Amino acid sequence: MATLVSPPNFSANEDAEALRISVEGWGTNEKAIISILGHRNAGQRKEIRAAYEQLYQEDLIKRLESELSGDFERAVYRWILDPADRDAVLANVAIKKSHTDYNVIIEMSCVHSPEELLAVRRAYQLRYKHSLEEDLAAHTTGDMRKLLVALVTAYRYDGNEINAKLANSEADILHDAIKDKAFNHEEIFRILSTRSKTQLMATFNKYRDDQGISISKALLDEEANDFQKALHTAIRCLNDPKKYFEKVLRNAIKRLGTYEDALTRVIVTRAERDLRDIKEVYYKKNSVPLEQAVAKDTSGDYKAFLLTLLGKED
Amino acid sequence: MALTDELKTLNNAFSGLGVDEKSLISILGNSHPEERKCFRKGTPHLFKEDERLFERWNDDRVRLLKHEFMRFKNAVVLWAMHPWERDARLVKEALKKGPEVYGVIVEIACTRSSEELLGARKAYHSLFDHSIEEDVAYHIDGPEKKLLVALVSAYRYEGAKVKDDTAKSEAQTLSHAIKNADKTNPIEDDEVIRILSTRSKAHLREVYKHYKEISGQNIDEDLDVALRLKETVQCLCTPQTYFSKVLELALRNDVDKNTKKGLTRVIVTRADTDMKEIKEDYENQYGVSLSNKIEETANGNYKDFLLTLVART
Repeated sequence: MATLVSPPNFSANEDAEALRISVEGWGTNEKAIISILGHRNAGQRKEIRAAYEQLYQEDLIKRLESELSGDFERAVYRWILDPADRDAVLANVAIKKSHTDYNVIIEMSCVHSPEELLAVRRAYQLRYKHSLEEDLAAHTTGDMRKLLVALVTAYRYDGNEINAKLANSEADILHDAIKDKAFNHEEIFRILSTRSKTQLMATFNKYRDDQGISISKALLDEEANDFQKALHTAIRCLNDPKKYFEKVLRNAIKRLGTYEDALTRVIVTRAERDLRDIKEVYYKKNSVPLEQAVAKDTSGDYKAFLLTLLGKED
Repeated sequence: MALTDELKTLNNAFSGLGVDEKSLISILGNSHPEERKCFRKGTPHLFKEDERLFERWNDDRVRLLKHEFMRFKNAVVLWAMHPWERDARLVKEALKKGPEVYGVIVEIACTRSSEELLGARKAYHSLFDHSIEEDVAYHIDGPEKKLLVALVSAYRYEGAKVKDDTAKSEAQTLSHAIKNADKTNPIEDDEVIRILSTRSKAHLREVYKHYKEISGQNIDEDLDVALRLKETVQCLCTPQTYFSKVLELALRNDVDKNTKKGLTRVIVTRADTDMKEIKEDYENQYGVSLSNKIEETANGNYKDFLLTLVART
């Protein structure tokens, strides 16, 4: 369930005018920006951008980029983009980092539905004139490349058909590979990156029934290298995305500094999807509502914006 | 039918691709029992003298005949199909048949546009309740697996923008990998796979050009020993030449049944796209027009259907 609160009736022109007023002249009325954009869904935001362009012959995004700054600006920029375009930008940023931020890529490719992932690939091509897999492959090597490219190019069957025999045999294959610490075994790549999500759930369940421990716990290892960690992340995203996102949020809030990125990313990308469910998981695990933890750890306009996306009433 | 002419016509009616329905109707249909006996005795490759003194059909030939009668039906059904379903079914069939026909998977993955390949992947979900990459990864063993999975998963950028120095350096990488073929099979080389399965077609055509400058040969000529790689490069960089070669092989006399199927497949799948260019390439390479060659080699309704498709452009 989404946390975004948006009005069923709205006027793109009125919003565009209000946003214009909030950026005109000296200073910027951040509260107004938060109050409008923080309460508009993707379709509405798109209409507002079009209305603003028509009224003022200017790209609203570029204008906001120049008027705002810091974490708040980054959050608003990501929020205002179309979801697929946003993910394309996040992917490109992740790839171009000197040390590719593989978690972002894995999240995107394992949590999205096949059609959503496809939309991201299209948006990426439109924006960067390269295919996502092209850039990803050129910036990674070895096992990490194999895993990431396979996950990103998958177009999984998204039906409910399950083959129980296959789930059994593939649970065994995964168990053997994990037992022998052969984490880059061809079969692991094949199973994780080609099987449908429902088939994988059946396989993971069989694994847990047989081994008495969930497959993600089995991969937990203090001394894991990057690739093993990536494998672990992929399995967690495929197995239980909400639990995965709760962990990302929890880690982001515990640490300061570079982790605004993750905090922004999860809230902005999930606010219109399942952030409410993630909040419930968070509360169960931490006995503190997510809003409270976010409020304690952030400040200013950035904080106000995040809390709005989290569903806070004005 | 004692006349050799009619015997010859009947013989021809049953040889080549498809069957000459009209002649079978007019000659065999009008024949007396005696004439039919003459026919059976006069065609030792179709009928054998049995020990109990009757001429019996050669079982193998009857089976082959079934395929020849079905050629028209298969062509029509394939032609009427949505291109997505067509490509999905062709891939599934190739997976079932085995390694000798995996070239069809390369053909489809590499000669279709990004959206066409995507469509085929969607249709595959509907038809077979699995994804293409799932089945390709599961059923294919051996060195070509990585390449084939990567090729069917691609969603290439379709624009014309190319970075020349990247193309140059990737041509170097490929040349290097081919030179070191004795150490690592290039089909399993990660860089070869990356370049061939992720780069756009415009980019790969530049790479093709640079490769020729570097090594003096075209890259597909240097890949004579690695058939799948050769097909991959040809399909990506010079598809019309690839298709006209498939047609030329299919139209030869004594080739296996999988090669013969190339005729229907190429004509049906390309009649709406680049048939014109394929015809030109075919005539340039082999000195005879494609339609004339089909006229020579095929029969009956099958022949007429193909000629109609070929003549559309």
